[in-house]
Amino acid sequence: MTNRAIVLLSALGAILLVLPGFAGPYVLSVVTLILFFAYAGQAWNVMMGFAGQLSLGHSLYVGVGAYAAAGLYFHYGIGAWAGIWLAVLLCVALGCVIGFLAFRFGISGVYFALLTIAFAEFTRIGFDHIAWLGGPGGLFIKVEQRTAWDLLDLRGTPAMFYYVILFLAAGALLLCSLLLRTRAGYYWQAIREDEEAAQALGINTFRWKMLAVAISSAMTAVAGVFFAFYYNNLFPEQIFHISRSIEIILGPIIGGIGTLFGPVLGAAVLTILADGITELLVAFGLEFPGVKQVFYGVVLLVVVMFLPNGIWPALARRLKLERR
Amino acid sequence: MDPVNIANLALAGVLTGLVYGLMALGLSVIFGVVRVVNFAHGEMMTIAMYATVLLFSRWGIDPFLAVLPVALAFFVLGCALQAGLINPFITRPEHSQFMLLVAVALIMVNALLVGFGPDARSVQLDYLLESIEAGPLLLDRGKLYAALVACATAALLFAFFRFTPTGKAIRACADNYLGARVVGLNVRRYYALTFGLGSACVAVAGCMMVLLVDVTPVLGPGYTLLAFVIVIVGGLGSMTGALLGGVLIGLSEALAGLFIAPSAKSMFSFGLLILVLLFRPQGLLGRKS
Repeated sequence: MTNRAIVLLSALGAILLVLPGFAGPYVLSVVTLILFFAYAGQAWNVMMGFAGQLSLGHSLYVGVGAYAAAGLYFHYGIGAWAGIWLAVLLCVALGCVIGFLAFRFGISGVYFALLTIAFAEFTRIGFDHIAWLGGPGGLFIKVEQRTAWDLLDLRGTPAMFYYVILFLAAGALLLCSLLLRTRAGYYWQAIREDEEAAQALGINTFRWKMLAVAISSAMTAVAGVFFAFYYNNLFPEQIFHISRSIEIILGPIIGGIGTLFGPVLGAAVLTILADGITELLVAFGLEFPGVKQVFYGVVLLVVVMFLPNGIWPALARRLKLERR
Repeated sequence: MDPVNIANLALAGVLTGLVYGLMALGLSVIFGVVRVVNFAHGEMMTIAMYATVLLFSRWGIDPFLAVLPVALAFFVLGCALQAGLINPFITRPEHSQFMLLVAVALIMVNALLVGFGPDARSVQLDYLLESIEAGPLLLDRGKLYAALVACATAALLFAFFRFTPTGKAIRACADNYLGARVVGLNVRRYYALTFGLGSACVAVAGCMMVLLVDVTPVLGPGYTLLAFVIVIVGGLGSMTGALLGGVLIGLSEALAGLFIAPSAKSMFSFGLLILVLLFRPQGLLGRKS
């Protein structure tokens, strides 16, 4: 990073830290959503952006993580502080099973992507049949109006949720920047660029790809726990749906795959864009169902066509934010 | 359980599966040649279904007659889509192609939602409800005709690829991109042609699917996934594999609905997909790459 980038980043961090002091509930909810997608996108980026394994089924980890923590709280009153461990454990186990099967049997590229979709869809339909977790009717966590912050149970004001996800997003950013400088980070990038060459250099690609899947699924599980306690309701039809996976990966792809700030920038651009389109449509009296998504799709199309590497690399070059 | 009942259900499953197979054939042909996974496949089929419903409700055109104009329109549309949007992407990485087609799919689903609203539409024809008795078995007329049209279309496509010079050229492009260019084939033009053919396949499947189910805009993503399942099971890029996969999935859906629970039927399909991916990743009839 250049000095200019460090100044900008610190300024952004400072603004985000004091934001709940002056922003209204609407702005706070939008920024919370941005940070959520920034965090989840960062988690996905570890697998695809760093190690080059295209997962289109990350909703699996969001959903399983969310249901694990929410189920514990709903049935036994055990708070998120414990649920988060169960969520991470389950998701890492799932990720390792999928990764093991795929990498052992030499499934890669499009086939790997389809395998991840298949597991997510399989689980979605499976959860429809688990009555203990509400089945298709959904699982609802009791909503209590709390003024105090209860971080252990993850119950509290919107400002608390805002700070939790801010902390998570910043932590993920830091973790990823550190990861990129470790041995694992370099190995991943070697595998991403050319797996056979990496193998020829003596890298145990199986092991390092598994590590990427494990880290990515663990991080995504935490996103699921946050989701469960922030929204207080879970439906298999929604949380495991492929559109949720796509939502997660849009940010990093639009922002810039494999970059550190791409997922953050992409999440901000997409969320603000979606809300901006809604406002515009309301202003023009065009709020029919579907109109918003058509615009969204067109913008997506334009970005993918003209900025194939994402917005961040182009922006960083223009503003001289990265050392060349 | 009555064996005749089961046989009837299995037969209905096979007939539906043939229509599924034709839909998946379009996807398989496109992937086999262009090497791009069409993530907007189910959405394209939904558009064809709406076109059929519209032709019927506006001008009373029978879906079996609507096949020709709808398939022709989709052929042109598919060529244009490949030539205009996808050709610039064929040298880009997979995730980039994926995003492009996701955006196209998003626009398609929601344009339908804007145009037609979320309500289900269908084609009401008296003869669709009649059934034909074959011994102890009962055949649904609508399903039978739909399956026959699907088979005929598939046969036409087979013949095209096997016997015409253009079909041979397309196969050459699929086998060896560089080699095809060296001998002077305009590969991108053949890619456009292939995408058009795949689109025409899915259009015919859409016209026939209207006879089997009611159509809503949100059906698209589900059909895209279904087409993936079928082509992977049959073998991505294999034409007979797509048809076989369709029949298998149609059959397993019908029987899973009967023996387990109707809501679990696609879980069965995805389970099958996972097994095939793991133990025979090239698909049941696919060639090892």
